[in-house]
Amino acid sequence: MSKQPSSSASPALTDDGPVRRFLNATEIDTRMIGMIVALLLIWCAFDIASGILRGNFGGLLGGSFLTPRNLWNLLNQTASIAIMTSGMVLVIVMRQIDLSVGSMLSLIAVAGGVLQVYQLAPSLGVGHPAIWIMAIIAILALGTAIGAFNGYLTAYAQIPSFIVTLGGLIAYSGVAFLLAKGETVAPMDKTYKILGGTIPASWIGPFWTWTLSLIACALIVFAIVNGRRQRIRFKFPLRPVWAEATLASLGSVIVLGAAWIVNSYPWPPKLAEAYAKENNIAIPAGIEDKGGNAICMAADLVVRCVEGFTIGTGYAAPVLVAFAIGAVLTFIASRTRFGRYVYATGGNPEAANLAGINTKLLTVKVFALMGFLVGVSAIISSARLDAATNALGGLNELYVIAAAVIGGTSLAGGVGTIYGAILGALLMQSIQSGMGLLNLPAAFQNIVVGAVLVVAVWLDQIYRRNVK
Amino acid sequence: MANTPLIEMRDISIAFGGIKAVDRASVDLYPGEVVGLLGHNGAGKSTLIKVLSGAYKRDSGLIFIEGKEVAINNPRDAKALGIETIYQTLALADNVDAAANLYLGRELRTAFGTLDDVAMEAETRKVMHRLNPNFRRFKEPVMKLSGGQRQSVAIARAIHFNARILIMDEPTAALGPQETAQVGELIKQLKAEGIGIFLISHDLHDVFDLADRLTVMKNGKVVGSAAIKDVDHDGVLGMIIAGKCPPGAIPGPGALQSAA
Repeated sequence: MSKQPSSSASPALTDDGPVRRFLNATEIDTRMIGMIVALLLIWCAFDIASGILRGNFGGLLGGSFLTPRNLWNLLNQTASIAIMTSGMVLVIVMRQIDLSVGSMLSLIAVAGGVLQVYQLAPSLGVGHPAIWIMAIIAILALGTAIGAFNGYLTAYAQIPSFIVTLGGLIAYSGVAFLLAKGETVAPMDKTYKILGGTIPASWIGPFWTWTLSLIACALIVFAIVNGRRQRIRFKFPLRPVWAEATLASLGSVIVLGAAWIVNSYPWPPKLAEAYAKENNIAIPAGIEDKGGNAICMAADLVVRCVEGFTIGTGYAAPVLVAFAIGAVLTFIASRTRFGRYVYATGGNPEAANLAGINTKLLTVKVFALMGFLVGVSAIISSARLDAATNALGGLNELYVIAAAVIGGTSLAGGVGTIYGAILGALLMQSIQSGMGLLNLPAAFQNIVVGAVLVVAVWLDQIYRRNVK
Repeated sequence: MANTPLIEMRDISIAFGGIKAVDRASVDLYPGEVVGLLGHNGAGKSTLIKVLSGAYKRDSGLIFIEGKEVAINNPRDAKALGIETIYQTLALADNVDAAANLYLGRELRTAFGTLDDVAMEAETRKVMHRLNPNFRRFKEPVMKLSGGQRQSVAIARAIHFNARILIMDEPTAALGPQETAQVGELIKQLKAEGIGIFLISHDLHDVFDLADRLTVMKNGKVVGSAAIKDVDHDGVLGMIIAGKCPPGAIPGPGALQSAA
């Protein structure tokens, strides 16, 4: 009996095949496996398609999708949406919605831009270290405040959040336009731009990428060991040792694999060349082209210095921020009272109230957290673009909500995970960037993204019905 | 025998948009006593009891606990005073597991301030074992449990935190005969521990089996109260249906005047 995992309550499942036994023993979310498989299939399909498009029938890995460069870019592009999606999960779990995140992002980014370009830079001098610090603090505070305002109107004035944030969607972009006077606010502070992931200073390089990844692996192992110790302490049923070991190694392989991929993406040749010159590093021979030009050129779409001088990029700052926020929010959602209350309120608001939970204040807090995360995304987006415009966050609300829903968050409330939503964001971004790679027209891309959203939710409904 | 009631609700009124759901109702409850609250649907018994549990805020009236006036403005106040409620709807968060429901609003936490899920699960296993020894599905959201299992989670939540006063709103509505008998046993056991219980029920048999006294409500008013031994089924039915007080009962403001 003690070998039985506690969740396999239904006796009909216990004498199933090895796959089912494996899933039961490891307690892996089957839905997540489905998403990962879908993601991998999409990646492979785009890779093969892009290979064919280039007239290169190399099969898998012959195309340009499954290259370190593209995957690195994909992670960078996903970061901003993934960060907001993490917050949106909690909002939707609480049976609310926030349609205003896109406009809010534009507004906050423009406000931050105006502050640093028109206010701080002239008075403190361009490049003053206080500029980026003050801009970031102001942006995060503004985001939190706007979010709390949305939450206040929803909880205390009892206006449905759909309406509150629909109003915000329209109004905040108007404010952003007025604030920017319709102009593009640029350029951003040099240090601030590090958070955009486009300049060498925001790439942490192979050493730190490996170091952080090894720390992450250690944390995975620690979490599994600790969980097991706790269960032993209270004499609960345990997972079999092989299942624990599989989970630990699976997690580590994914973490280290991702590190290997981002480390395999070298600095762009021009930047590498400039860096080498600046630091008086001799560029090794053999990487001049036939015309005697410096370093390998970006020929044949493959930016890769085949021999000689390369610098691995490693993770970029936005991706690290997204990982950190995903981890922190997962912790908040599953290990704190706040998270427990958010889920319980989403499951049954009346029960939460009767249990003495202040659901109104909780609503304000959740919207404030959402606003804070929009602030983080606003920093990343504007730093990445090196400018702030009133169109910066356009349509972001829809991508964010779509990603959360594809990631398994139920619009009925009470159900949803942060990691699922981040995977959902990655899936959405993969489809978009893959179609961009195939040079499909934007109108066609929109059609596909819309269809994917609807089909994903349909498949999810079927899955849920069959699981029950 | 204590002369001060454990709970006294005096002249409680509450209206929803002009409709007086409860109109100057008074009830009391002594330690170790079970008082049955009877009445039709919409008679106001659930509303009255929700005033006590803090779910509704009364418009007027006073509440005394052991003779001292208390302020109950929300469910937290009620729980702090040792008033626990098993709602007719059970009031469970369906998407989380039994332990999360049992400790909802009163979570156990580790030294770091994080949820101590393992400790909560361990305690839940103990309580549930006492109530429902066959219960095993500790990791599943309560929506996947049967009606009886959900009911036992709701009951466990009410009795686990040293309640002095227990409100049971139709506690056996979702239960089979065997489980109903179990709840009856539980009520007797809690009574012996000195806990006062308000039992709201449609089932006259339940009330006659378990209660010491009963109070009948009709149209938001108290028809009358009586000790169980002083009235019979027909008399009580008359109170519920016609608002007519039999000889053994003490009439309240809602009693039929012409009968007097």
